[in-house]
Amino acid sequence: MRDDPHSGPSNPTRRTFLLTTGSSAAGTIIAACVPAQANTTAGQSDSAAASADGPNIEGAVPITLRVNGKDHQLRIDPRTTLLDCLRETVALTGTKKGCDHGQCGACTVHVNGRRVNSCLSLALMHDGEEITTIEGLGAPDALHPMQAAFVAFDGYQCGYCTSGQIMSAVALLKEPCGPDDAAVKELMSGNICRCGAYPNIVAAIQQVRKNT
Amino acid sequence: MHTFEFIRPADPAAAIATAAQAKTAQQGADVRFVAGGTTLIDLMKLNVETPARLIDINRLPLDKVEATPSGGLKIGATVRNSDLAHHPTVQRDYAVLSQALLAGASVQLRNMATTAGNLLQRTRCMYFRDTAMPCNKREPGTGCPAITGSNRTLAVLGTSEHCIATNPSDMCVAMAALEATIHVQGAKGSRAISFGDFYLLPGSTPNRETVLEPGDLVTHVTLPPPRSGSKQVYLKLRDRASYEFALASAAVVITIAGGNVTHARIALGGVGTKPWRSPEAEAALLGKPANAANFRKAAEAAMRDAKPQSENKFKIELAKRCLGHALKMATTS
Repeated sequence: MRDDPHSGPSNPTRRTFLLTTGSSAAGTIIAACVPAQANTTAGQSDSAAASADGPNIEGAVPITLRVNGKDHQLRIDPRTTLLDCLRETVALTGTKKGCDHGQCGACTVHVNGRRVNSCLSLALMHDGEEITTIEGLGAPDALHPMQAAFVAFDGYQCGYCTSGQIMSAVALLKEPCGPDDAAVKELMSGNICRCGAYPNIVAAIQQVRKNT
Repeated sequence: MHTFEFIRPADPAAAIATAAQAKTAQQGADVRFVAGGTTLIDLMKLNVETPARLIDINRLPLDKVEATPSGGLKIGATVRNSDLAHHPTVQRDYAVLSQALLAGASVQLRNMATTAGNLLQRTRCMYFRDTAMPCNKREPGTGCPAITGSNRTLAVLGTSEHCIATNPSDMCVAMAALEATIHVQGAKGSRAISFGDFYLLPGSTPNRETVLEPGDLVTHVTLPPPRSGSKQVYLKLRDRASYEFALASAAVVITIAGGNVTHARIALGGVGTKPWRSPEAEAALLGKPANAANFRKAAEAAMRDAKPQSENKFKIELAKRCLGHALKMATTS
């Protein structure tokens, strides 16, 4: 059986360890955005929506966020970016926060099949849209060809930008792009890699393009 | 980020009625339309923009690219920059616009950014973006630290003693050269604004960037029919090869007959406080042989009134060479 990415205390990950044993500071961050109960409806008052699971969020509004084929009924602060909603509310932390200002590409996800910077978008703007994150591309035992190519070509060092790079690279496969490396570099310029794994990233993408 | 009320209007009329309650449509507006969000959400995170109400116009029917009866093109306010750049009609008849769009930002940002949002894109001046600093554009009367400070990337055309912020758009430079018209629906009805009348010079009120009033919703942009036989080029010079704002750019739409220039529309980016159409360069080219000497004269004419700051004098020569090279590219392709 495959490991559950949200594995419990019997198989602790760095993240679940922090979530379950976190300091008060970490606890505050987690409490700032909590999933609503599944039966939350638009007609419910804020107080009714505030379940025993979490505190009432002043001004929270309901949203259905469809992520990786699954609907999530949430109540969120209108200020919540798509990035923060995915990471903190839906608890899909594969999408990374780098600059938080649309300059680095670490937060790249697909909305209705197109790549966007999730940090510069409000979650509320994507009510009902089809969102795909790195978790929706593949799994450890069934990698997307692009994920496998990044591994094969060593397309990363620290790995922080990698999910954004891969989301961009997968989107690129369906975009107008010339055959040469220069065209790939141009279309990947919105994803910054401070380790400088660029040559290997381009090689990985070109390998996948050759095979598809 | 400050709190706000998120509103999804049923139709443009509802959006306009809500926006018309704003005190201003300029810097610091208390009601803002949001489409792609790539400028606005960024500035809201910096507390440079603090709207109390945000009107999501993404689901209004403003996302079409259509031919106009006169043979021109109508571009909806929420058409994404990437869709416009790759639209077959734009690629065929308005190549300078496609090139300019693809020279801007990244694919991710172009997939989000819209026509109207790009028209209203805000300056990247670091003092404007930093609320710890004075800025006449953000807080009128507080001063312009850029004039005595870091101004390498800032404007040399259209500046005032109150503001030297550069307009950062690529798309707008092409639209200026294509003589686009901006269509606005407001509380008092609809109106069409020529591209040259839409933007304001900073003067003593750099907080006012356009002629837009509360309630004004940009619904679409129209381009006149393409001029047959015209050559078009957008050339952008910057500190790195991609994903960077222009230090200087040039949009050229030019027609040559018998070796002479019979029509020219020229606009510059990265050097002006607004998308910079240059009638001086156009006049210098009209009727003249299309050669390097005349291209240089046109470039000199375009930059005649340029006023350098402490760190950006290089931009004047850079812009001249940029325009000269763009003209050469257009007339030898």
